[in-house]
Amino acid sequence: MPLEAEQVKLLRKMKEKHPMPEQDHAERIKNFNEVPFGYDAETAVKEAMRCLQCKDPACVEGCPVEVDIPAFIKLIQEERFAEGIKKLKEKNNLPAVCGRVCPQESQCESFCLRGKKGQPVAIGRLERFLADYELAKGVETPAGPDRTGRRVAIVGSGPAGLTAAGDLARMGHEVVLFEAFHSTGGVLRYGIPEFRLPKEKILQREVDYIAGLGVDFRKNVVIGKTITVDELFDEEGFDAVFIGTGAGLPQFLGIPGENLNGVYSANEFLTRVNLMKAYLFPEWDTPIKLAKKVAVVGAGNVAMDSARTALRLGAEEVHIVYRRSDKEMPARAEEIEHAKEEGVIFNLLTNPIEIISDENGWVKGMECMKMELGEPDDSGRARPVPIKGSEFIFDVGTVVIAIGNSPNPLIPQTTSGLELGRKGTIKADDNGATSRRGVYAGGDIVTGAATVILAMGAGKTAARAIDRYLKSL
Amino acid sequence: MFKIVTKRVLSAVNKLMEIEAPLVARKARPGQFIILRVRENGERIPLTVADSSKERGTITIIFQEIGKTTKELGSLQEGDYLSDFVGPLGRPMELPSSGRVVAVGGGVGIAPIYPKVKAFYDAGLEVISIIGARTADLLILEDEMRAVSSELHICTDDGTKGHHGFVSDLLQPLLDDTSKKIDEIIAVGPLPMMRVVAEQTRPYGVKTLVSLNPIMVDGTGMCGCCRVTVGGETKFSCVDGPVFDAHQVDFAELTRRSRTYLDKEKIALEKFEHECRCGGEK
Ligand SMILES: Cc1cc2nc3c(=O)[nH]c(=O)nc-3n(C[C@H](O)[C@H](O)[C@H](O)COP(=O)(O)OP(=O)(O)OC[C@H]3O[C@@H](n4cnc5c(N)ncnc54)[C@H](O)[C@@H]3O)c2cc1C
Ligand SMILES: Cc1cc2nc3c(=O)[nH]c(=O)nc-3n(C[C@H](O)[C@H](O)[C@H](O)COP(=O)(O)OP(=O)(O)OC[C@H]3O[C@@H](n4cnc5c(N)ncnc54)[C@H](O)[C@@H]3O)c2cc1C
Ligand code: SF4
Ligand code: SF4
Ligand code: FES
Repeated sequence: MPLEAEQVKLLRKMKEKHPMPEQDHAERIKNFNEVPFGYDAETAVKEAMRCLQCKDPACVEGCPVEVDIPAFIKLIQEERFAEGIKKLKEKNNLPAVCGRVCPQESQCESFCLRGKKGQPVAIGRLERFLADYELAKGVETPAGPDRTGRRVAIVGSGPAGLTAAGDLARMGHEVVLFEAFHSTGGVLRYGIPEFRLPKEKILQREVDYIAGLGVDFRKNVVIGKTITVDELFDEEGFDAVFIGTGAGLPQFLGIPGENLNGVYSANEFLTRVNLMKAYLFPEWDTPIKLAKKVAVVGAGNVAMDSARTALRLGAEEVHIVYRRSDKEMPARAEEIEHAKEEGVIFNLLTNPIEIISDENGWVKGMECMKMELGEPDDSGRARPVPIKGSEFIFDVGTVVIAIGNSPNPLIPQTTSGLELGRKGTIKADDNGATSRRGVYAGGDIVTGAATVILAMGAGKTAARAIDRYLKSL
Repeated sequence: MFKIVTKRVLSAVNKLMEIEAPLVARKARPGQFIILRVRENGERIPLTVADSSKERGTITIIFQEIGKTTKELGSLQEGDYLSDFVGPLGRPMELPSSGRVVAVGGGVGIAPIYPKVKAFYDAGLEVISIIGARTADLLILEDEMRAVSSELHICTDDGTKGHHGFVSDLLQPLLDDTSKKIDEIIAVGPLPMMRVVAEQTRPYGVKTLVSLNPIMVDGTGMCGCCRVTVGGETKFSCVDGPVFDAHQVDFAELTRRSRTYLDKEKIALEKFEHECRCGGEK
């Protein structure tokens, strides 16, 4: 039922976003089900009314894939949801994912005019609403264009690879996507937990949509090992290659005790739980070991996910240990909030110096130092400086290291003619073109660990550039 | 899906399977391994490439049934399919260009050492092989090893075949024989055996290599689960190894880490065996 004009007026003045109902925190830490439930149609329309339909919409500038935000929101206002999702999908191949995991507060929503006074329009939640609406109805696959006869290989099925693959297939090219794991999605599959991004209900269906566009998925193929990039051109007859292999090499602290039993990289911890479903052991075969008290080192999304996962696996006390202050925490605001609600304890300005062993080589504690903030460092953030004599010991039995990931060197090492960046990234220009003709790259492998939407943006730009390149052949 | 084209029972606990995996077969080299999953909710386990055939498009694996996954794998038949099979992973072994090599294989370690010995042999090196097992029935690949070795020495812990004792007993005289220089020793077997060999050859300064078998998940350098300390540095076995200089490896740490999940492994195995029994009664 259309809203009354009066009501719309009131909504336009509403300073706050419509809240999104979610699982109660006491309940949700006992399960892996998704935390927020999403808007229903009525709330979505009301929230959409808060959008002023700016003539010169600033929000769009904040979206790396240039979603036409006012246009899709207008369609929600008019309750034309089916058209809304089409509009959204013109630019975004994975809206159900982005609506859930984009750091909206630092992207689209941070530019929204409504944010100047009060809260911005809940663009992410509206995006999620449309995507879920479509998933519930059954996804329509656009008709395939004429085939161009050109073949593109995509390496890696993370957001960068999926986006590039989907776009290139829609342009009529034959697309084969190679993935090292037995399952697709990259970090969306093995990193981001079920309770934030449901795997079967959401992710798999987004992947199925890409497959429906004509992309041929080949899992269990490690490019650089099973087939090299050189061979993709010389033996497999591909005309172009897109590399979207992400930043999957876990960094460790380099402190004593890091190889004790009970110390995990966040990658291993999350992969065991998300990809291998260790939380369903022994129905699923892969185990995980967790003490009652857990420390997670770091304060990015990866750390929040690890901490919240540990709670759900039954840990009684979970600590975030971070060497800077709360202002520098890189995680999405919503993740930090959810972690706090669920009872994760934040130990800021605290830096681990040693992991302590029991008599059998298992973790029994972690020695830390208190820090204070000094002058800004290279990254522009205040440099943490240890406070003398402030050492103390955390009594924990499991430590998860979540301090970042670097690009995996496998492809750079086995591909000829690829110029690399300082930190092992692959160098690519604004179009994703690398130093080698016909080879494009994007996502975390180019930028270092970043975000889902930036990876998608890079996949999209590269797809356009690859299309131009293929036409020039 | 990856088809099991051949299955051979080598001993009560050792089985050989030839798996159809043409892409892997095209690339596999001695020293490398694969990771497989038997079925959808199975664990990813690494196994050494025991042999490969480009022509047949197959990889041969030989495994010892010790836990849930290897037992389940062993229960499959020719014509069955594995849900996942990826590789070849790890670095291929570097071959010395000439000289004499001693290869020591213990128990199921004979399987992973076989392709290495064969590669040495094909490259024209002189290979003295020592293989051992707990008892004669568990000694595998004897004929295959003999065919690619210039000398083959056998021992069993219980004396049911060959020398009554350990592989180290047979290695000792070779180390002491100063008339014949050994250029390289490669040892593959249970961790305690590799550790003993490393200590045994250390005073002689002979280059000694071992192929490590830490717990793995992805096998591509992504998780760090397989980290081992080698020469004081942390290495990822799946991408930096699995072959390392035995004298540099921290075996105590590796042994400890490989026991991380002992209690869980027991649960998984009991559940599997219970299901087998119940299934059988139907
Ligand atoms: C735990 C966690 C939580 C996160 N939370 C958020 C969040 O809330 N919001 C957000 O925006 N970002 C988040 N991020 C960051 C975001 O997930 C990444 O920036 C993004 O996934 C990068 O995408 P990508 O396509 O470049 O690479 P990835 O997602 O890393 O995918 C790379 C894929 O390539 C495959 N691959 C690698 N090497 C090879 C090879 N040689 N051959 C074949 N395949 C290969 C990998 O197996 C993987 O599937 C999070 C990251 C992590 C780890
Ligand atoms: C590079 C490499 C090559 C190997 N080659 C062979 C081979 O050719 N033949 C062979 O029989 N075995 C080989 N192994 C060992 C084999 O992977 C283990 O025996 C197998 O994983 C045991 O699984 P399970 O479920 O049957 O037993 P479980 O009961 O789960 O485990 C038994 C023991 O195996 C080890 N193990 C368990 N899970 C893993 C895992 N995911 N990865 C590695 N080790 C694990 C642990 O030390 C454990 O205590 C190799 C291991 C590595 C790392
Ligand atoms: S894709 Fe992400 S950044 Fe773009 S509009 Fe949607 S939520 Fe915002
Ligand atoms: S800036 Fe905000 S109010 Fe303006 S169009 Fe974008 S979402 Fe709507
Ligand atoms: S098995 Fe994951 S890094 Fe080696």
